[in-house]
Amino acid sequence: MLRRAGPSLRHFLLEGKASAGYSSYSSEAKMSKPVQARRLEGIDKNIWVEFVKLAATYSTVNLGQGFPDFPPPDFLKEALVKALSGENHMLHQYTRAFGHPPLVKILAQFFGKLLERDLDPMTNVMVTVGAYQALFCCFQAFIDEGDEVIIIEPFFDCYEPMVKMAGGMPVFVPLRPKAPKDGKLMSSADWQLDPAELASKFSERTKAIVLNSPNNPLGKVFSRGELELIADLCVKHDVLCISDEVYEWLVYDGKEHIRIASLRGMWDRTVIIGSAGKTFSATGWKVGWTVGPNRLLQHLRTVHQNSVYHCATVAQEAVAQGFQRELRLYGKPESYFVQLPKELQQKRDWLVQSLDAVGMKPIIPEGTYFLVADISQFKSDVPDVPDSDEPYDSRFAKWMVKNKGLAAIPLSAFYCGAHKNNYNHFIRFCFAKEEATLKAANDILQKWKQEKTSP
Amino acid sequence: MAFRHKNTRRIEGLDSNVWVEFTKVAADPSIVNLGQGLPDISPPSYVKEELAKAAAVDRLNQYTRGFGHPSLVKALSQVYERVCGRKIDPLTDILVTVGAYGSLFSTIQALIEEGDEVIIIEPFYDCYEPMVKMAGAKPVFIPLRYKNDGNSASSADWAELANKFNSKTKAIILNTPHNPIGKVFTREELQVIADLCIKHDTLCISDEVYEWLVYKGNKHIKIAMLPGMWERTITIGSAGKTYSVTGWKLGWSIGPPNLIKHLQVVHQNTLYTCPTPLQEALAQAFWIDYKRMDDSDCYFYSLSRELESKRDRMAQLLQEAGLKPVIPDGGYFMIVDVSTLNVDLSEVDEKQPYDYKFVKWMITSKKLSAIPLSAFCGPETKRQFEKYIRFCFIKKDSTLDAAEAILKNWNKQTA
Repeated sequence: MLRRAGPSLRHFLLEGKASAGYSSYSSEAKMSKPVQARRLEGIDKNIWVEFVKLAATYSTVNLGQGFPDFPPPDFLKEALVKALSGENHMLHQYTRAFGHPPLVKILAQFFGKLLERDLDPMTNVMVTVGAYQALFCCFQAFIDEGDEVIIIEPFFDCYEPMVKMAGGMPVFVPLRPKAPKDGKLMSSADWQLDPAELASKFSERTKAIVLNSPNNPLGKVFSRGELELIADLCVKHDVLCISDEVYEWLVYDGKEHIRIASLRGMWDRTVIIGSAGKTFSATGWKVGWTVGPNRLLQHLRTVHQNSVYHCATVAQEAVAQGFQRELRLYGKPESYFVQLPKELQQKRDWLVQSLDAVGMKPIIPEGTYFLVADISQFKSDVPDVPDSDEPYDSRFAKWMVKNKGLAAIPLSAFYCGAHKNNYNHFIRFCFAKEEATLKAANDILQKWKQEKTSP
Repeated sequence: MAFRHKNTRRIEGLDSNVWVEFTKVAADPSIVNLGQGLPDISPPSYVKEELAKAAAVDRLNQYTRGFGHPSLVKALSQVYERVCGRKIDPLTDILVTVGAYGSLFSTIQALIEEGDEVIIIEPFYDCYEPMVKMAGAKPVFIPLRYKNDGNSASSADWAELANKFNSKTKAIILNTPHNPIGKVFTREELQVIADLCIKHDTLCISDEVYEWLVYKGNKHIKIAMLPGMWERTITIGSAGKTYSVTGWKLGWSIGPPNLIKHLQVVHQNTLYTCPTPLQEALAQAFWIDYKRMDDSDCYFYSLSRELESKRDRMAQLLQEAGLKPVIPDGGYFMIVDVSTLNVDLSEVDEKQPYDYKFVKWMITSKKLSAIPLSAFCGPETKRQFEKYIRFCFIKKDSTLDAAEAILKNWNKQTA
């Protein structure tokens, strides 16, 4: 067959040469156009690529990127070991594309209980590669060219490029800080939406609003009143709600995480996003999920089956085991969902104290494992550069990691380009860290303060 | 209200999926499943051990480098440098993705858009068409035609292929070894494609997930290594197929930095990182086999030998049942024309092609599953291939025994 193909191939190539004129025109036309697709325009920069590299190169204490430096709980690691050592080697093969059956079943049970709703594991739950991929599926499924998406600032940075990649138009509305009561430290609760301002952002082109509660980076836990405000607008304007609730278990001081999908009129228009990485301190497993009505999830399934199709099986199996345990122990003191926030609250308070002691003003977070501190009193080492493109906090954070070995993330990273200089004297710390790490951070800060105050 | 919450244009018409349909039906454990391409043989024990070892390291349960875990991209660069005979930079020339599927998606989203045409050789792994459509581009199909000269499958009509290229052609998708047919494209055939790519300044997306699974008398050749091709080719590989761990969902794209960087942008805006412990385990497995790439007991070669005998057994079973399988030169699938069985399904009034109806019938009445070949065809070619079904033979002996029993009894049960 090859030998028969030989002469005809040679014949074909000769034919090719004869039309050289046409081919060079088409080559030039191609060369003048960029090779990459237009959907990548403006989304190539990424704060993490830069800051993760800086932290890896310079930091001795990394409070930057959001991941725990303590291990996942023993029961979760044991679940993985059990899954791997079992007879069933089929856990190394494909599972159900929309979610490993044991996992979607327990998620449906668990969230059904929390939402007081009967959930079908096959149609109301879909597993994704981390909450990140869940967000991607939502934007690809629902945002078309020209659709507007409301994003509350400060926001987890991926929302903006994902909306843009889908051809949508992000519309930003800021949380505005109110001055705290005299002598008190600010709380994340003091950062609030202006109701009239929020309402003005809704137009007939608004397709969705992204809600992140508890909020990264501020740690704000939206109150029932605030959620009702958002819900009323969603219902009034028939808008979808993409509710990023990855830090749902990390709420402090007895606060309650309220799921917007449980408010009136919201179940039908909300996709809830969750994360095993944050829930079980295993960010490297990249297991996330979406929960919502079938008429919305069906479109997420279409995106998923045309993009990654399956998620890794064995991690899903272990996460399912983890949730089984938590369902059994729900509300009890041994529940990880009770213990983890308790531990993290202590760490939060510890870091708040550290920062306050040196003159950085922490904003006490109601939730998540992040806290934002105002560095305007502390900033003297890094001078203002009036005409600089780069926001002050970014230069400060870079200087700090290079000179003090302490990594944190500038708050401006969580604002759109146009607003980066509105709140450029804040940096975000992650406190999901071992005591030793937080102590080392404290040592760096103390030493730094002494250097500034000594003659 | 329903209108506002409708799906986007990009996914219009992309909701149905052959796998979603057939894996559900075949999930019944009483069915001998030769349908979906997943091994029921065990992955090598050292691969499983490496995962257990990795998961025990605390740091490996947290985020790693977005574009690929450092030890994995290093291992991949070493293995492929050896295969390709050229330097491959682990940081700029490689992207680790969620399976080869994720690599296909990242490549297409990065480099293909509305106004582009993408050439797809039929039959094709079914996701190519919806992925190209989701990117807003037009799939342009060209069928492999079956040359009935005994052994392996098909060849393209090269003049016909040349006609498919025009100024809008952004890329051609190549799959070698080929799923579902099992064709291993020869150097001459790859040269024809390469010449067209160079002439029309077209990219090549080369899906080589079955690269190690080539049988005696055949050699897997990387189109990226032909002159003029490295700078315009993305080569895609798969841990699932290399190590029989489809459930790990790790794949990779290898290519020049000026293309890979765009895939990395897609990746950082879609899922950001792949799971850490799986990547670490894969890296360790690769080091083990890298060290023995000169030995015949390297898994890359031993798996291929194991599958060749399964291929031969599968072919024999089918031939004994009076069928004419198309013997694959590579991969772990075998297609067979079932028209000689004369199963009359005309009273099944679904508008589906014959092979869809046949497979569904075979699942319910014979307890044997396969995949209909028309699932791998564009709209014009579906009728051409509707008498073929695809069997997967990366199955343990007891599965093949069960298939044998069904095939032996076939004629006894048919009226």
